[in-house]
Amino acid sequence: MSTETKKEVRESRKTPVVMGSLATVILFFFGILGKPATVSFELTGVRELVQLPNLDVPSNLLGTSAGVLLLAITGFVAWQVRKNIRPSIWFSLVFGAIALVALLGWLAAGAVVPVAFILGSALVLAVPIILGAMAGVMSERVGVVNIAIEGQLLTGAFVASVVSTLTGNQIIGILSAMITAALFSAVLAVFAVRFMAQQIIVGVVLNVLAIGITNFLYQQWVTEDESATNSPGTLPIIHVPFLSDIPIVGPVLFQNRITVFLAIGIVVVLWFVLFKTKLGLRARAVGENPLAADTVGINVSRTRFWWVTVGGLLAGLGGAALTIGSSGSFGREMSGGLGFIALAVVILGRWHPGYATAAALLFGFSIILRIWANQVSPGIPTSFITMVPYIVTIIAVVGFVGRSRPPAADGIPYVKG
Amino acid sequence: MSGTVKKDPIDWNAALKEMLSGGITRTILSVILGFAVGAFFMIVSNKEFLQSIGFFFADPLASLRAASDVVGAGYGALIKGSVYNSAAASLEGSIRPLTETLRLAGPLIAAGLGIGLGFRVGLFNIGGTGQLVSGLIWATFVATRLELPPVIHFVVAIIAAIVGSTLVGAFVGFLKARTGANEVITTIMLNYIIVSFFNFLLLDNNLLQGATAGGHTKSDPAFDTARLPGLLGDSFALNLGFALSLIAVVIYWWLMERSTIGFRLRAVGFNASAAKTAGINVEGTYVLALGLSAAFVGIAAANQALSSTGGVTPTTHAGIGFDAITVALLGGSSASGVLLAGLLFGAFKAGSSAIQIEGISPDVLGIVQGAIVLFIAAPPLIRAIFRLPPPQTTSMLSALRSKLFGRGGK
Repeated sequence: MSTETKKEVRESRKTPVVMGSLATVILFFFGILGKPATVSFELTGVRELVQLPNLDVPSNLLGTSAGVLLLAITGFVAWQVRKNIRPSIWFSLVFGAIALVALLGWLAAGAVVPVAFILGSALVLAVPIILGAMAGVMSERVGVVNIAIEGQLLTGAFVASVVSTLTGNQIIGILSAMITAALFSAVLAVFAVRFMAQQIIVGVVLNVLAIGITNFLYQQWVTEDESATNSPGTLPIIHVPFLSDIPIVGPVLFQNRITVFLAIGIVVVLWFVLFKTKLGLRARAVGENPLAADTVGINVSRTRFWWVTVGGLLAGLGGAALTIGSSGSFGREMSGGLGFIALAVVILGRWHPGYATAAALLFGFSIILRIWANQVSPGIPTSFITMVPYIVTIIAVVGFVGRSRPPAADGIPYVKG
Repeated sequence: MSGTVKKDPIDWNAALKEMLSGGITRTILSVILGFAVGAFFMIVSNKEFLQSIGFFFADPLASLRAASDVVGAGYGALIKGSVYNSAAASLEGSIRPLTETLRLAGPLIAAGLGIGLGFRVGLFNIGGTGQLVSGLIWATFVATRLELPPVIHFVVAIIAAIVGSTLVGAFVGFLKARTGANEVITTIMLNYIIVSFFNFLLLDNNLLQGATAGGHTKSDPAFDTARLPGLLGDSFALNLGFALSLIAVVIYWWLMERSTIGFRLRAVGFNASAAKTAGINVEGTYVLALGLSAAFVGIAAANQALSSTGGVTPTTHAGIGFDAITVALLGGSSASGVLLAGLLFGAFKAGSSAIQIEGISPDVLGIVQGAIVLFIAAPPLIRAIFRLPPPQTTSMLSALRSKLFGRGGK
């Protein structure tokens, strides 16, 4: 990204402006106006093998230093922009991470921050978003806009819960969820590729259908006898030997359900396939310039169909992570907009599996932050914490990724000439 | 027929073909197919039917009977709950379902027009919910916090709702025009932001929370002067909101089909770069289009905020912002189409409790709604299913029309 040296247009100044305002807000409100009470970052739980001492910092000192650090990053980015160098996305990610630490420190003034618990919960809560976003990346990279992620998550959640309960086997539940969501996704693919329908419209409508069908089956059939149809329990938690004993990293990454491990693996595999293999190159060609891809003998329709459909498999797994990977049963419209968040995450992450995962973690983080902030400082209106990731998304779309470009043929049906 | 063709300028065969390939035929067939899909779900989830399947080969008629029973009961209840209740004792009772359909269709029509306006300009306004809630906030403020004389009060409240919604839409348009931010993303994000903000306002009794709400997210009931007056007297809930929606239909028709602004909007929707070349300010048109789109949604907001006798809650938006997308799609974004589509989906809302009483989950109507629009979205699919002719370009239908209605014909 930063290797592009010859550019006709000047780099946008929006990024440093947005960063500068955020840094000032943090320095002023969390630092200068912050509370002097000590905030204690608890790095290791009580029962863990390796014990680390808690990190104790006065809340306002943390806010001030974070603010200064953020201003320094802003300054560097502004200098790069002046020099017409595109700032790396890593600056945005580091900036966001520091801002979040400052927010945590401000919220928990006089209290303890259970670091491992918060990071671990953020990861678990982010899994459906990550997998939904991977489905989005797969279909948008080949040129099909996928608004139907929400419906695929919901379908996966429903099927995983019901099939696991009926068969008594959670693996069969997961597989059925994936296959059902893939079939659902195939409908989008067929409409987009074969019938050349407006993709955003088909996506919206498929969501309506998924909500309608799951609501109907849930109301008409599942609620009759919840214990026989909708109590699959949750997947067992797997402790990876040795690795799970590492402080912080262990409990966060290596003590999880299989859905979390699968999600991490899928992100890596998808990144590799997309950017390091012939298959991925062909897929991206189809998304960028279908006519050229067709000319060199790539079957555009078939590529689009399979990438969108396989994306559905991933979204189905994400749905399963919602029920048997987390809550343990299906509830009405339980995806609650996560699919739309996944859509935002795809764009925030610039259609890249890794960056999208980082963005998904931000959303997971904000969900657990809201729950946790309610407990540590009940005075704070949680409505505003709820808003944060959405506001960040808008700022990012406007300021950071406004100039990032979707695959050129995204959303455009390909008519073979 | 061939004998008359020479004298008659109308080729009936071509006219018929054109009619079959046209949008209206396709829409009707989509609606029928949608109901068929709904019937399928009612049947396969029906206990009697599932039992009869066990001895299908011994008594196939039993299965058919069970199937037709449940479908008849379901759609029968829908008609009883939304059009005419023949079982009611009084005339008032028997036409009440129809007035309920109109009442519930009102905001769907208004918001559907708004979303449809966006579609005509090539914009996907998924933010109906956020725009509607913003309108709710403004209207609730006027209706519960200001004391104004009768009539003026509800007029001001309606204007406040429209302004509240319009500002959000115009903001999205501004972001798109200035930074190119995709309106699908910004509207979805604004939905969440505005709904959270509304929750915040409804939790603080210095802001919009009602005096008796306790810890709940609920506003005071609107002052009597701010409530929309009834259209058919006190025994019906139908109020001015429906009339407003009808006026909105007329304004929309005039705006899109007759005005210069409408021409500009359609030109940008048809081909933005061509419009730019022709000297149209495309960026300005985005702001205008999304603002106007949200203004129609604001009419729905006024309806929701000023109709209820209780207070406004976070669920007062009733999903209208999202349903409006399906209304606009089914109605093909035309004034009359949206009117009819809004009436159909209004009937679904009105009939849902009657269906519930029959032991069928009213969520089946959500399936019907989704299925209809799915078929609408893919014209080639409907043509393939019913073996309709491909789109015709003959002018026979208009020739027929002018002959029948005597306008400009030979």
